[in-house]
Amino acid sequence: MRERFYATMADLLQTDATTALVLADIGPLDLAAGTPAAARVINVGIREQAMMGVASGLALAGLRPVVHTYAPFLVERAYEQIKLDLTHQDVGTVLVSIGASFDAASEGRTHQSPADVALLSALPGWTLHTPGHPDEVEALVRAAARTRDRQYIRLSTQVNPEPVPADGSIHVLRPGGATLLLAIGPTVAAAQEASADLDVTLACTATPFPLDRSTLRQLADQHDRVVVVEPYLEATTAPEVVAALRGRPSDVEYVGVGRAEQRRYGTPSDHARLHGLDAAGIRGRLLRDV
Amino acid sequence: MPSSTGSPPLGQGLPEALLHNLARVTGDEKHEAAAHSTLDTLWVLYEHVLRLDPWESRDRFVLSKGHGPASYYAVLATRGLLPESWLDDLAGPDSRLGHHPDRTLLPPVEVSSGSLGHGLPIAVGLARGMELAGLPSRVHVLVGDAELDEGSNHEAIALAGRWALGRLSCIVIDNCSATLGWPGGIAARFALEGWDTTDVVSADHDALRRALSTSGSAPHLTVVHTAPKGS
Repeated sequence: MRERFYATMADLLQTDATTALVLADIGPLDLAAGTPAAARVINVGIREQAMMGVASGLALAGLRPVVHTYAPFLVERAYEQIKLDLTHQDVGTVLVSIGASFDAASEGRTHQSPADVALLSALPGWTLHTPGHPDEVEALVRAAARTRDRQYIRLSTQVNPEPVPADGSIHVLRPGGATLLLAIGPTVAAAQEASADLDVTLACTATPFPLDRSTLRQLADQHDRVVVVEPYLEATTAPEVVAALRGRPSDVEYVGVGRAEQRRYGTPSDHARLHGLDAAGIRGRLLRDV
Repeated sequence: MPSSTGSPPLGQGLPEALLHNLARVTGDEKHEAAAHSTLDTLWVLYEHVLRLDPWESRDRFVLSKGHGPASYYAVLATRGLLPESWLDDLAGPDSRLGHHPDRTLLPPVEVSSGSLGHGLPIAVGLARGMELAGLPSRVHVLVGDAELDEGSNHEAIALAGRWALGRLSCIVIDNCSATLGWPGGIAARFALEGWDTTDVVSADHDALRRALSTSGSAPHLTVVHTAPKGS
């Protein structure tokens, strides 16, 4: 996903004179080197507060800033700047993170950001994307460059084998029986494996905020139970699901990243297992074994 | 460096209409200089320094120290940038004017402020953005000496110096309100990062105008010494 993002940005920087890329010493620092677009690749050094302030100023000057660094440093380090410099000023920006919840399992807690989507979902006017495939990343970044609103695109090393349309909608991948399994972003692969031989409907989306409420409502009406698999802090998607299912008695369960610190290193797949986000964990929750 | 000048009566060199508008905002005819530390600077800026025509390529002013904005509102109204009638309705549910300004409610306000330490980093981005957009605009940002406590300013001071943002002008209103002080002076901290600096006293409007009009290849700092807070 990261490479596709860089390639897409390289193209956008050359073809759209309003696109700017704001970095804090992480990412493609020399993306447009040797071209006139190099002036629009702006590295502020290790200064995340200034990174957001600068993005705000660029937006106020009429540019379309894309801000990129590691997820916890992008979203959590300078959260008040996201709240005030971008949201309260009501300017548009695209934030693109890498690292997700536990891509950096071996780096420890400092490089993990399971709460990023929950934090941004508390602010008005943000569209939050969690793509599961490089094709989705390219589609989302190109679409975001054409607008002037506020968008967050969460890149991960967790990738699904096949892309889905990153158009903001919920898509049914496999129709089935009484349970609706809604997989968000990169959780599709594990959800597919967990439910391959079970009579469940598998659906997915790359955009949890705002969720495609009408499709979820429609699908929920055809099922007795909804299980949401999320790549971030467990139950982050709940407010959107509640809004979609308002007034309808529903059996809804969330499978996501737990709050407790694991205090273990290892690999992303180790952490997926520890959080019950691997195929076995999701299957256990589907079968109510755990 | 000039020292503070005590607490002179406010109003020397300021038009009657401005003082009248200030009274409309505050509901108080009596003005102490210590309570309106930004008034001289804002007046000189809007009367003599900012180029606002054509509006699309206007100079930008960012009030980072958003608390106590009565002087700001009074100056904007006196310069015809907001209806004077709005001055009579401060911080009510339908007011355009609050205790901190909101750019979405008040069009001439470039940046909404309140929480300290946000204006200077935004102004750095604005200056860089104007440069990229090929616009002639200068960017002025006003901060308080106590506001400089916030670390975010120091990220921005370093960036502006390294980027040699000659179109950026930072104004620090120094009313000696930083609790732990700035030993060696405020200007020294900017100068170390490559800024040009000038110290002036608030009441000297000619010096203020010269300092705020100064631009070169480096960003420019004007430290405005005013009556100490609470004096």
